[in-house]
Amino acid sequence: MSLGLNAAGIRADARRERATLAALTAPAFLILGALLFVPVGWLFWLSIHGDNGYTLENYTRMVVEPAYASVFVTTFELSLLVTALAVLLGYPLSYMIALLPPRAASACLTLVLVPFWTALLVRTYAWLVLLQRHGVVNSLLMNWGLIDQPLALVYNFTGTVIGMLHIMIPFLVLPLYANMRAIDRDYVRAAASLGASPTAAFWRVYLPLSMPGLAAGTVMVFVICLGFYVTPQFLGGGRVTTISMKIQENVATYFDWGAASSLGVVLLVITVAVFWGFSRLLPLRRLTEVSGS
Amino acid sequence: MADENSPPSSRGRGEASSALPITIRGLVRHYGRMVALDGIDLDVAKGEFLTLLGPSGSGKTTLLMILAGFTRPDAGSIRFGDVEMVRTPPHKRNLGVVFQSYALFPHMDVAANVAFPLALRGVNGAERTRRVQTALQLVQLGDLGGRRVDQLSGGQRQRVALARAIVFEPGILLMDEPLSALDKKLREQMQIELRHLHRRLGTTVIYVTHDQREALTLSDRIAVINQGRVQQIDTPQRLYEAPANHFVADFIGDSTFLPVTVANGVARWRDQVLTPAAVPRDGAYQLVLRSEKLMLGGDSRHPNTIDAEVIETVYQGDSVRIDVRLAGGDVVTLRELARGGQAAWPSAGDRVRLTLDPADTLLVPTP
Repeated sequence: MSLGLNAAGIRADARRERATLAALTAPAFLILGALLFVPVGWLFWLSIHGDNGYTLENYTRMVVEPAYASVFVTTFELSLLVTALAVLLGYPLSYMIALLPPRAASACLTLVLVPFWTALLVRTYAWLVLLQRHGVVNSLLMNWGLIDQPLALVYNFTGTVIGMLHIMIPFLVLPLYANMRAIDRDYVRAAASLGASPTAAFWRVYLPLSMPGLAAGTVMVFVICLGFYVTPQFLGGGRVTTISMKIQENVATYFDWGAASSLGVVLLVITVAVFWGFSRLLPLRRLTEVSGS
Repeated sequence: MADENSPPSSRGRGEASSALPITIRGLVRHYGRMVALDGIDLDVAKGEFLTLLGPSGSGKTTLLMILAGFTRPDAGSIRFGDVEMVRTPPHKRNLGVVFQSYALFPHMDVAANVAFPLALRGVNGAERTRRVQTALQLVQLGDLGGRRVDQLSGGQRQRVALARAIVFEPGILLMDEPLSALDKKLREQMQIELRHLHRRLGTTVIYVTHDQREALTLSDRIAVINQGRVQQIDTPQRLYEAPANHFVADFIGDSTFLPVTVANGVARWRDQVLTPAAVPRDGAYQLVLRSEKLMLGGDSRHPNTIDAEVIETVYQGDSVRIDVRLAGGDVVTLRELARGGQAAWPSAGDRVRLTLDPADTLLVPTP
């Protein structure tokens, strides 16, 4: 190998730069390894290892006992409903903010983010105050004569959905807004000039172009919903039992770590599957073949 | 629509029966306190290629956006043919629009982009495929229908945008600086292609640019716009050879100006009598000195000779730019074609004499 002018020195510089990068990222890798992979591995081991050695008992219980099936159904119903409502409310909201001039847009985004500044528990209790039998919402509706009897807005499925929706909307709005902001206005103009009514321009051009942000927001909301604990616990009034509440129950009430960890493993598998499914759909071309086919 | 079966090459100019004339009256648009359009009146003939030329902020793009229906004017009338369009939404105007950004839909391949306006008009199946293919061939991209937009070069994107805008045979085509993103060589090539395409299609075209050479190359007529008003609308040659005012003379061509007074029918710069193409009414004027119209040399027998001192000579390949100072201190630029190999150009400090042909001696009113 013939060495050019300064070749050895230049290679040494490149090596040093790689070493620096590795040193800077090493702590993150170590923390991830220690705090993520080790506990998950231990959880998995707990779920298949009982007092008498290896067992699948924890997993068969989930299939055999109807109580578990209903927990899964409730969790999915809740997550799907909250995700769907978050999309219905969040999409127009993001669209409006994306159309605003930059200064007004950042003011609106701040308002969307304000809930993040308050503790989850505080926000959940705030909904209790608003939604309870003689709370603000029921009192107003009755004063206006819209209802005769107070509505059951809390300590049930409805209250849980309302509370979770409020917490989840920013998770949808942020990625969606970032996506929409990057969509050149000329695309919609071009669609209109080519003969697309506003409705057609939305379905054929704007929605497909905003799909990556929508997909990212949707999967984020859905996955966080799957593992939600605080809000269903406090606003569900014991009528709503999610997977995470069942895990808590198994650990705190029955001291059954095997049952709890097997639920955790199943939840993790479902979450990974959802992510994988979405990422398979996500490539722009595949998601958005809306025309010309 | 012209006869589908006749070969495109036999289509004469303006034959397309779908081409529409445009009539614009009293178009006004304010942005806050700023006046973007200050009462525009414009008539564009059926099949004409009209360019809106002006500096940035002149209102030319606002005018195009209003024609396309993307921006509402405060007042005014726009007619395509006999139909009032000013309150018609963009998707019902049946215009082809080519954007500066091209605005090709990134989630569709080339053929789907071009098929988009056809799909919206209910053209399906073999007919759609055929028309997409015809349009792509017209812009010389016949075999790229399956490509993704991000696999195309800038010039190819430009062509796809053009194909998409003409595939549904609109009577009017609006183009917003469509070539500005291309490099110089490709841009000049596309200019020639656009000319040919326009001849073939016969569509009425309104074209926006700030590039005077592009405007001169492409247009039947040019409307020079400044401060929201049409300064002059004329053929390229008339615009260049007979500018209506100081702005037009300054914006088009490489010009410097000298103050001239006309009194008792005699035009004078300082003490020197000038022989212009036409002597205007008495008053204050500016003599338009175009760098390529000034000639080196001449003697006192010629009209319009001026003595000067060379400040700097710059060799620029195709031509030589010579900056000279006249008596009184005015600095003027002239340009000589670099012909004859090692021709000796005057250098800094040399005394030279300049001559201006009376036909090139233009006076415009002092602004």
